[in-house]
Amino acid sequence: MAVDAKELRTEIAGLDALEENVTAKRPFAQKLWSRVWPKLAALAIVVFLWQLVVWSHWRPDFVLPGPKAVGSTLLDQVKTGTFWEAVARTMKRAVGAYAAAAVIGGVTGALIATVKPMRTAFGALITGLQTMPSIAWFPLAVLLFKLSESAIAFVVVMGAAPAIANGLISGVDHVPPLLVRAGRVLGAKRLTLFRHVILPAALPSVLGGLKQAWAFAWRSLMAAELLAPSLGRSIGADLQFARDLNDAKGLFASMVVLLVIGLLVDGLFGAADHALRRRWGLVDPAT
Amino acid sequence: MTVTLAPPPLPRVDSPTAVNVSGVTKRFPSGLVALDGIDLSVNAGEFVCLVGASGCGKSTLLNLIAGLDSPTTGSVTVAGRATLLFQEAALLPWLTAAGNVELALRLRGVGKAERRSRAAELLDLVHLGGMGGRRPHELSGGMRQRVALARALAQEADVLLMDEPFGALDAMTRDLLHDELERVWNDTGRTIIFVTHNVREAARLGDRIVLLTSRPGRVAETFDVNIERPRRIEAPDVSGLAGHVTAALRKEVARHGR
Repeated sequence: MAVDAKELRTEIAGLDALEENVTAKRPFAQKLWSRVWPKLAALAIVVFLWQLVVWSHWRPDFVLPGPKAVGSTLLDQVKTGTFWEAVARTMKRAVGAYAAAAVIGGVTGALIATVKPMRTAFGALITGLQTMPSIAWFPLAVLLFKLSESAIAFVVVMGAAPAIANGLISGVDHVPPLLVRAGRVLGAKRLTLFRHVILPAALPSVLGGLKQAWAFAWRSLMAAELLAPSLGRSIGADLQFARDLNDAKGLFASMVVLLVIGLLVDGLFGAADHALRRRWGLVDPAT
Repeated sequence: MTVTLAPPPLPRVDSPTAVNVSGVTKRFPSGLVALDGIDLSVNAGEFVCLVGASGCGKSTLLNLIAGLDSPTTGSVTVAGRATLLFQEAALLPWLTAAGNVELALRLRGVGKAERRSRAAELLDLVHLGGMGGRRPHELSGGMRQRVALARALAQEADVLLMDEPFGALDAMTRDLLHDELERVWNDTGRTIIFVTHNVREAARLGDRIVLLTSRPGRVAETFDVNIERPRRIEAPDVSGLAGHVTAALRKEVARHGR
């Protein structure tokens, strides 16, 4: 043996120990509080500004109700079964169409990202589709599917799928070439290379695409529900009814519900993004 | 050390040549001639160091031997398989140290249960036992290079091609990794082709030093290293040989300044 193996082991262990980053982790409660209080403060400021506008009597109370009135309307609504029926229908539509968009956008994106002729043929088209306001698909959807659940799903999918495809394509484009070489050296071929190297490496961008697609899906869904309130109670239908009945408090309450759902879903994506970045070592462990 | 590595499938007695490069020229589409008529034969179990200034096509040559690229003319034959280690460890950042080693095993078709124990053995071999759960960003540069070495060993390739693997490390870490690599080489009997800018490193590690010219890359001179192991990088005979090689290298570099 070239060098005393035991001594070498000790030396290397010593060097490794010295290289160790010693960082004290902050307790979870403290971490949670540091993330929650700015949001609570922002909420308080917004509610206060809203109340200021109401106090200024810029518009009469029955058009622009204050936070307190809207709050009590919302509390009353939450106790009813029809409210939850509406939320459930909207969420079911959103999740179903979003899942379909994820599959369609994912497969299309993967093909365009990895097959060169596909890229040349459809790459620009996908980007073009993404800039198109998805509600522009609504008339076509009604022609194709009548005023039905399928029409709503169609609009949502057309809104969300291009964002998912684009997230995947740009993720694949930004995979570090060194990792691809490393994968090839390890013996990965086309499909295994995509599965074990390219796709995981593209994950941060894919997640970004999924997040953006959710925003598109949510907007498209609201637009579609507003235009098709006859298909059963939903958050969008409630908004439309509130407008038709000049029920400002109900309208505001529905908008608060939309905002809360939006924030919750954003929180989910935020948590996924944070977990991903921590895994990849892109988060300062001290924060 | 209780770790055992399966002997490479290469039948050494029949074919003592592990890598044979003959008359290899590599011309890139840009017109650049990276390699020009390279002849190089490496015996099984030999440790060969390639040194040269920038632009000598060292990395190109390794890519050709690794099969990542093909020569314009000439032939490259490898008895068995070759794998490549980079200057950056090139670990997949979303996998743990053990996960990186296991991926190499998985791509070779090793079963799931065996992958786990095999990866632990290999990490232990490079003195990273118990570190398998760490992610690359939680490891130092030297530790990452050792994971990369374990991953390369997991491929059970007959030939290890190393492209300046210790170039970005501090002197102390590099010194220890020289001992470490020599030990692993001793234990596993792999053939190693090691590219470096550092002539002393070459004299410390190699059985043979091959000096390449730059633009185009040709074999300028070959030095046999007849210094008994274990060696120390600061030993007088290592320094002496390094001085000799450096003189030749400087002469070659000066040629481009005229």
